[in-house]
Amino acid sequence: MNFDPLVIPFLAGTFFLLIVISVKYFNWIHKLDANQVAAIRKNIFSIHTIKAINEIFHESLLHRKIYRKNRLLGYMHMSLAFGWFLMIVVGKIESLFYYGSFYDRPWLGIFFKYFARTPHHYFMIIPFSFIMDLLLLVTLSGVVLAIFKRIRSRSLGIKKTTNHILLDRIALTSLWWIFPLRLLAESTTAQLTGNGSFLTGTVGMLMAHLPVEHIELPLWWAYSICIGVFFIAMPFSRYMHIPTEIVLILLRNWGAREGEQHSGYTDIQLNTCSRCGICIDACPLDFAAQINTVQPVYFIRDTRYNHLTQEVADNCLLCGRCVEACPVGLELTAIRQQVRQKAETPGKHYFEYNKARENTKKVDIVYFAGCMSHLTPSIIISMKEIFKQAGISYWFMDEEKGLCCGRPLRQQGYLQQSKELVLKNTQLIHSSGAKMLVTSCPICYHSFKEEYSLDIPVMHHSEYIDMLMNEKKLDLAPSDLEMVYHDPCELGRNCGMYDSPRHVLNKIGHLTPVESEKEKSLCCGGSISNMAIEYDVQSKIRNNALEVLTASQPDVLVTACPLCKKTFGQNGKVKVMDIAEIVAGNIKNRFPQII
Amino acid sequence: MKDWGYKISIPRIIDLDRSDTSLYKQLVSKVPSAMKCIMCGACSATCTASNHTTFSFRHCHILFKRGQYSRLSDELDKCMLCGKCNLVCTQGVNTRAVISTMRLILSDMNNRNIAL
Repeated sequence: MNFDPLVIPFLAGTFFLLIVISVKYFNWIHKLDANQVAAIRKNIFSIHTIKAINEIFHESLLHRKIYRKNRLLGYMHMSLAFGWFLMIVVGKIESLFYYGSFYDRPWLGIFFKYFARTPHHYFMIIPFSFIMDLLLLVTLSGVVLAIFKRIRSRSLGIKKTTNHILLDRIALTSLWWIFPLRLLAESTTAQLTGNGSFLTGTVGMLMAHLPVEHIELPLWWAYSICIGVFFIAMPFSRYMHIPTEIVLILLRNWGAREGEQHSGYTDIQLNTCSRCGICIDACPLDFAAQINTVQPVYFIRDTRYNHLTQEVADNCLLCGRCVEACPVGLELTAIRQQVRQKAETPGKHYFEYNKARENTKKVDIVYFAGCMSHLTPSIIISMKEIFKQAGISYWFMDEEKGLCCGRPLRQQGYLQQSKELVLKNTQLIHSSGAKMLVTSCPICYHSFKEEYSLDIPVMHHSEYIDMLMNEKKLDLAPSDLEMVYHDPCELGRNCGMYDSPRHVLNKIGHLTPVESEKEKSLCCGGSISNMAIEYDVQSKIRNNALEVLTASQPDVLVTACPLCKKTFGQNGKVKVMDIAEIVAGNIKNRFPQII
Repeated sequence: MKDWGYKISIPRIIDLDRSDTSLYKQLVSKVPSAMKCIMCGACSATCTASNHTTFSFRHCHILFKRGQYSRLSDELDKCMLCGKCNLVCTQGVNTRAVISTMRLILSDMNNRNIAL
């Protein structure tokens, strides 16, 4: 007996799933852009593929990143993903032992207990039954945790869970039912044939007083239907992340990255989102300002199903906390910038540069303060003092008639205008003949690093001051200041610079660590990326961040971004200084002032 | 008509009673803080783009408010969205959102071939 109509729902679901997934993947891979294809061609036969397979094992099956968020949550995901995966694999091996052929009908492993009704047919029955029961128990514990998470998500480290759409709920319910139904079905069969182990055998005995021979078949049917429903719902629901994450990990390891335009890679990223909702807790708009419809989970969902509204697309600080938190590593901020893209007139020149000056002297470095630094002149004065004390000759590029670096326009989707500014600034920087570009604004710094292809190195002033100290060009006097340091989003998460500013500040005074720092640093709320929120919402985010930062009652809150300084300064609760100011005020062995 | 030695050229007359404010209402519904603007001009004084173009937030805002849309699209395109105006604004107007929303409203009208 190797076939029974009860496998039909399972088979129908499986075939449907395979066909839909194949069509989708073909389309997406076909739509990859030229850079992505080139990267894949280059790396497909290299060590990167092995690294990808390693990552697939660790992230798709075990999911270490979720473990890092919360152990119980990690266990929940692992027991479901890895447990089910092993049940399929071990079930296949078991049927291989039983039937002696690898290429036997595929459903035999899934419905093994139903078909293998002569348990003493082969000697491995006891260990296999034991392993299969154990795996089922592990998977069931995952289901129990998943149900518990719906009631008390905080116990699993999640404050707010996702609001799911109907399709997700259907898929979720059918997934949850698969395992209890399998337990009941296998238990009835175990009671009838004696092929159970510690779990199915025991549950079967408990069911002894029921008419097991009549309920066995309906239970197996229900089990098969649940798998079928789950497979049919899967490609259109959040569970598309199961196969798609594997593809994403492969492509990412081969070097594919999100481009400026929507591509097949974007579709793959959109489908890799499992709507776990970990990003909701990470988003300052949620926990500080109670805005709960714009988080990446909803943004990605709306983009995937083509009903994204401008309100959702625009309402984002691009602070990158969600990118840091995302367990599948989606480039959420890149996709957000992509959908903001606006129509522009091709070939049009938007700006005139009659007043842009070029450098005429021979200098060591170019100094670009950035628009925002012009509103915090103390930073510029301090930088001038630092250059003077270190004996550096510089050209102050945007002292009077400077241009914007182009990042604000890019963030709002005006790519052509942004590129025009990039082009002009590049020309001005290159014509200066300097060997390095130093900027005081992390927004500009990020832009110079990512959007410009300059042939000289770029440094943020905190990194530059650190370098000057290492070269003994600048000596700082220690003081007894109690300081905390705020990592600006653009400098920290977006450019990965955490150590230089801390290194500099430790020379000056005592730096107290704060609760949310480095990768987990909070946004000041003043981000220029978000035009959708007004001053009142910004203040809520700012005040929330300040509460965390000033918990240790520091003398001064140090930051490295003029916009953060300006935003925090508006509160007036604590003295806010830029790292350049504090350095300029603590220089040892000052040159005598020449008046 | 009596000759006063000077004359008013007709296109220079701004008749506020007859100007169309429907688009301005649309703007205000999206960016409520636009209403707080007192046209002080602090934004224009600090503007990065005004170093290189004729752009002025105050000018654009007042034209839009009065319903004078001719050439306004071109003016709005000159904004660099750097955000200095936001920070210096004495009234807390979300200036960049005002610019961006005006741009989108005008290009939407243009796409739908509605004469302004």
